[in-house]
Amino acid sequence: MQITMTVNDAAVTREIEPRLLLIHFLRDDLGLTGSHWGCDTSNCGACVVWLDETPVKSCTVLAAMADGHRVRTVEGMAPPGRLDPVQEGFARCHGLQCGFCTPGMMLTARWLLDQNPDPTEAEIREALSGQVCRCTGYENIVRAVRWAAAHEVTG
Amino acid sequence: MSAGRPDGSAYGPVPRKEDARFIRGRGTFVDDVQLAGMLHGAILRSPLAHARIRSVDTVAAQAHPKVRAVFTGETLAARNLAWMPTLSRDVQAVLATDKVRFQGQEVAFVVAEDRYSARDALELIHVEYEPLPPVIDAERALDPGAPVIRDDITGKADNHIFDWSAGDRAATDAAFAAADVVVAQDMLYPRVHPAPLETCGAVADMDEISGKLTIWSTSQAPHAHRTLYSLFLGLPEHKIRVISPDIGGGFGNKAPVYPGYVCAIVGSQVTGRPVKWVEDRSENLMSTAFARDFHMHGEIAATRDGTILALRATVLADHGAFNGAAQPTKFPAGFFGMFSGSYDLRAAHGQVTGVYTNKAPGGVAYSCSFRITEAVYLVERLVDLLARELDIDPAELRMKNLLRPEQFPHTTPTGWEYDSGDYCTTLRVALEAAGYAELRREQAQRRARGELMGIGISFFTEAVGAGPRAHMDILGLGMADGADLRVLPTGKAVLAVSCQTQGQGHESPRNWACPWTTWRWCTGTPTGRRSAWAPTAPGPPRSPARRRRWRPARCATGPGSWPRRCWRPPPTTWNGRTAGGRCAATRPRARPWRRSPWPRTRRSTCPRGCRGTWTRTPSTTRPTSPTPTAPTSAWWTWTRAPGWCGCAASWRWTTAGCGSIR
Repeated sequence: MQITMTVNDAAVTREIEPRLLLIHFLRDDLGLTGSHWGCDTSNCGACVVWLDETPVKSCTVLAAMADGHRVRTVEGMAPPGRLDPVQEGFARCHGLQCGFCTPGMMLTARWLLDQNPDPTEAEIREALSGQVCRCTGYENIVRAVRWAAAHEVTG
Repeated sequence: MSAGRPDGSAYGPVPRKEDARFIRGRGTFVDDVQLAGMLHGAILRSPLAHARIRSVDTVAAQAHPKVRAVFTGETLAARNLAWMPTLSRDVQAVLATDKVRFQGQEVAFVVAEDRYSARDALELIHVEYEPLPPVIDAERALDPGAPVIRDDITGKADNHIFDWSAGDRAATDAAFAAADVVVAQDMLYPRVHPAPLETCGAVADMDEISGKLTIWSTSQAPHAHRTLYSLFLGLPEHKIRVISPDIGGGFGNKAPVYPGYVCAIVGSQVTGRPVKWVEDRSENLMSTAFARDFHMHGEIAATRDGTILALRATVLADHGAFNGAAQPTKFPAGFFGMFSGSYDLRAAHGQVTGVYTNKAPGGVAYSCSFRITEAVYLVERLVDLLARELDIDPAELRMKNLLRPEQFPHTTPTGWEYDSGDYCTTLRVALEAAGYAELRREQAQRRARGELMGIGISFFTEAVGAGPRAHMDILGLGMADGADLRVLPTGKAVLAVSCQTQGQGHESPRNWACPWTTWRWCTGTPTGRRSAWAPTAPGPPRSPARRRRWRPARCATGPGSWPRRCWRPPPTTWNGRTAGGRCAATRPRARPWRRSPWPRTRRSTCPRGCRGTWTRTPSTTRPTSPTPTAPTSAWWTWTRAPGWCGCAASWRWTTAGCGSIR
């Protein structure tokens, strides 16, 4: 079947198998390997991308379901040559170690800050509860999101 | 993103080099590797824990239009690749030939044009199993009637792997007999799985023209993998290149060689195209290396006043269907021999028995086997129990029994030598940092209110890293870290080291200022002569077999103090040369773990507090000291090797700006 969607502000049209998962479509067909395939069962959140304005776990979304929608991945978080405050916060606050969970974390954190520009620690933890990180212990991730929130507020 | 201290040294927060690509989604994990013409592999796994394989029918799978090859145990056996060595002198089935020995064991491998087709083809393979009774409980593995799991091993009639013991049993029994208090407990340290977020996988590319194999794999130990591949693939090591790209967490899970890696290699050999195999989460949890699974019985003996006398441990270790644990083969129970911990004990005795069960092969996780996690749990649990029995504060009981600085070097009851330490100070600092007294008060208040609050304390001594070959040899690989130092025409030097990052930030320490690591060489520009002797951290504990104590050479002719100077004309050595202008008998011998070339070097202290290296060379005239604080007491010229301490490259005593670790 043929699908057309907007991925990181660029229109793409591909011929795909109906059963193809969105994560494999993004990674294998479009070469956007920033989103990762971690658990296959919607548990780990390494595959989170935005479908329109909502984070989804792309390992349990069919590529066909994204037909006609806008998809945003970590590669499209900021314009070329610039960094989103969330990305910068993760680097500054050591919010990542191996980097495998990081794209999903950042996309969910971005969504959170769009909804709630000044979240409390509890709200950050709640928002990121669907994301698994095996390295950091989450402390620095929470700190990174708070850093991003603080630096967005102050411009 | 502070770049360390203002003086340029990097002690404190350092921006990580790898973050720049990870936050942009530009890392390269194994599943991100895409090669032209690449095929995809998938593994059919056993649904049963123990079963004999009657037949494997792959006809339908091979007829699938997108399938390029199907492998079974039989087809691999024809290539002599059905079994591979493990890191513990055992063998593991790559694909099962005779029977399956754990649920999730690899039975067949399919190579297809895409990953979905490969998975489709798995469902077209029909395997006929004859179920056998499984051994799940390690406690029952040695029962007389227990099914024999490893009947592939000639003459194997039970599930026993090894018996190992350390310490003096008789002395321990005597200490227990004389003790006022004995506390015992059975402990199960259950299986754990590291579950790194990235599962294991590989992309194998066998170049049939040059005969070279390139394999991208999720490997924490690429050098060991290369040697293992070479051992059983029949390829020389120089024709194997193992690339360990970004690793999405390891925690020990990515140390072993897994059958999937070998299948990808064989798939590439047969099809002539690169083959990618990446497992899914279920496969990762089902079949890759677990750790622990120690059934332990511990006993501790003490006097009524809280002096610990002795320790006794009996352990049953469940190693799964194949003994795959990465552990020093000279110590089949890993470093459990250090179970006596950090305490001043009169005696200790530990015995470990390893058994096979129908579970996934044991492996490595979070400092297991190769380190001492299980042993630490045992001894610390026992100390806590003793504290409760004696009604003494656990911290106080530990403080009372920890080794004191004057006891070092200390030989433990199990034969390891600890070279140095100040454990009491360490514990005291930790307690102060945690606010221990405050926590105890809070605990009392909460308990008075009916709330629960626990406080845990643990103290351990550990052998870390891949140490000397004497202790950490695996399959003759020695666990040696390789390094490659290249000095470039501009005077810059590039040091390539073999340790692999799984998120720890190994790429970043460009400005690490630790003078005792060779990282210092990474980017420095040599501005003067450097000593060829790299000072090392204090040596790890040595085994009883190598307890040679270093002694300075004794001179038959010179005075008795050291450093000795023989005032007689230097005699010639066997080859007619004088031994560095000194009597050969007085020439200091290198310490066994620190073989320094002549001229000998010794550590000194920078007046600003950083550490550095002095080199002395024989001099014919009494030298003038570079500064009043420099050593003047010998007929040596003292020169300072620049750079060690992180001072300015052209080092002088009065140099300002020492920025290294104090």
